[in-house]
Amino acid sequence: MIYFDKVSKIYPDESMALDGVSFGIKPNEFVTIVGHSGAGKTTLIKMLIAEDRPSEGAVFFESANIHKLKKGEMNKLRRRIGTIFQDFRLIPNKTAYENIAFAMEASGCTDGEIASDVPHVLELVGLGHKIWSFPHELSGGEKQRVAIARAIVNQPDIIIADEPTGNLDPINTYEIIKILQKINELGTTVLLTTHNKGVVDTVNSRVITMEKGKIIRDDKDGKYVL
Amino acid sequence: MIFTNLKRITRTGFINFWRNGFLSFSAMVVITLSLSVFGALIFGSAFGRALLKEVKNKVDINVYFVLDSQETDILALKKIVESLPEVDKIEYVSREQSLIDFKNKWKDNTLILQGLDEIGDNPFPAVLNIKAKEPSQYSGITHFLDSKSALSKGGTNIIEKINYNQNKLIIDRLGRIIPAAEKTGSLIAILFVIVAIVITFNTIRLIIFTAKDEISVMKLVGASNLYIRGPFVVSGIMYGVFSGILTLIVLGGFAYYSDTLIMRFAGVRGAQDFSLLINVFSSYFIQNFGQIFAIIMGSGIVLGGISSYLSVKRYLRI
Repeated sequence: MIYFDKVSKIYPDESMALDGVSFGIKPNEFVTIVGHSGAGKTTLIKMLIAEDRPSEGAVFFESANIHKLKKGEMNKLRRRIGTIFQDFRLIPNKTAYENIAFAMEASGCTDGEIASDVPHVLELVGLGHKIWSFPHELSGGEKQRVAIARAIVNQPDIIIADEPTGNLDPINTYEIIKILQKINELGTTVLLTTHNKGVVDTVNSRVITMEKGKIIRDDKDGKYVL
Repeated sequence: MIFTNLKRITRTGFINFWRNGFLSFSAMVVITLSLSVFGALIFGSAFGRALLKEVKNKVDINVYFVLDSQETDILALKKIVESLPEVDKIEYVSREQSLIDFKNKWKDNTLILQGLDEIGDNPFPAVLNIKAKEPSQYSGITHFLDSKSALSKGGTNIIEKINYNQNKLIIDRLGRIIPAAEKTGSLIAILFVIVAIVITFNTIRLIIFTAKDEISVMKLVGASNLYIRGPFVVSGIMYGVFSGILTLIVLGGFAYYSDTLIMRFAGVRGAQDFSLLINVFSSYFIQNFGQIFAIIMGSGIVLGGISSYLSVKRYLRI
């Protein structure tokens, strides 16, 4: 489904964030990428959602080279990818409802679909009662749930979660991971990055370990080894 | 779909305008100031034009005729001069009229009137007051009159003197000063307009800079550029509309109160002497309200809208 072909990224200050990375992700997999800060996890994610371009190599989503897509096609592709970030990245002057509605509006849903799906998906992440709250009125865990709701509302093919638990306490962390696993069980591919040992051991599925921009391990039923 | 998008963009623009209250307020203050500069320029040029027109009106040349010249000769000359393209207005004042005017003017001063009686005869010559369209044209008209001066029935010269030569200096200067003043005025105006545009653009750029993370999130959930940019442009247009209304109120207030202010500063007598200063702003504002409205509102909307459109652009490149 996703394939990285010898992807390298060299930043303008000549630091090498990715060094010839190659790997693939199959549909319905739950892949965890682990590594220390600066190992290249976030850069890898940025390549995948085309927030940045690789210096060498190519990233494929199904048969399409992500970085050769036209603007319109890129927007369509992004609607098939749900992204979740460590810093939540909610739109500050929109309520929980509007944040999720925005993603649906962007992908061209009708007002009727939005009105019925948004409360439903907020219910799903356990935030049915905070539907009209602004992000600054929510706790970290609640913000991350809104972000997850936004990521899954368009029923994407893959969820990309970049250290989604980095800013959360252990209980919230556990709950967020449970939600992600549930999403995975329902048939969505999940790509998760983390440096939290507990998270990796809870997930108990394929683990890719990165160090200094390179993949050093790729275990089918991985544990956190670093 | 297009209609739905348009509706959503407009609604989001309105909501953002309202929720970012403080930012909207500061944007409107800056745009209002810029538009006020435009308004001040409009008023300034109106005032300048009124002043120049008045000064031009005050300049004329007077042709004095010899005392025993025939009225028919003078009227014949008047007809010829009237047909010149440079001549705007020509007025004939007969000897009798001059006498009456003089008596009226000094009717309170018995000494002067006694002196006049002493002379016995009417000492005033007939006069043609000639007004040209442009100050620079007086010298041409004077030359024409000089060459025509011999043309009277008896072959004698009926023109006693033309006071152009006395006024030559001031007329020439006006001829040079007026175009220079107009040119300088428009240069300064252009400069001010540029400054106002740059300041407004920068303010809106700063406002949108605060939303740059927001824009990148919108990109990442797959919103099209148009859909992201639209609400910002709508908010920008709203800044323009409200600033425009505010500016028009300020300008209207200024126009209304300036007349009394000028009266107060110049003193009622002074203002009456320069009758041009009275009501010049308020009547200009009322007469040209449509135009002023269009310029101020149009500039506000264009400034707000285009600044927003351009400012969002740089954050859409992911």
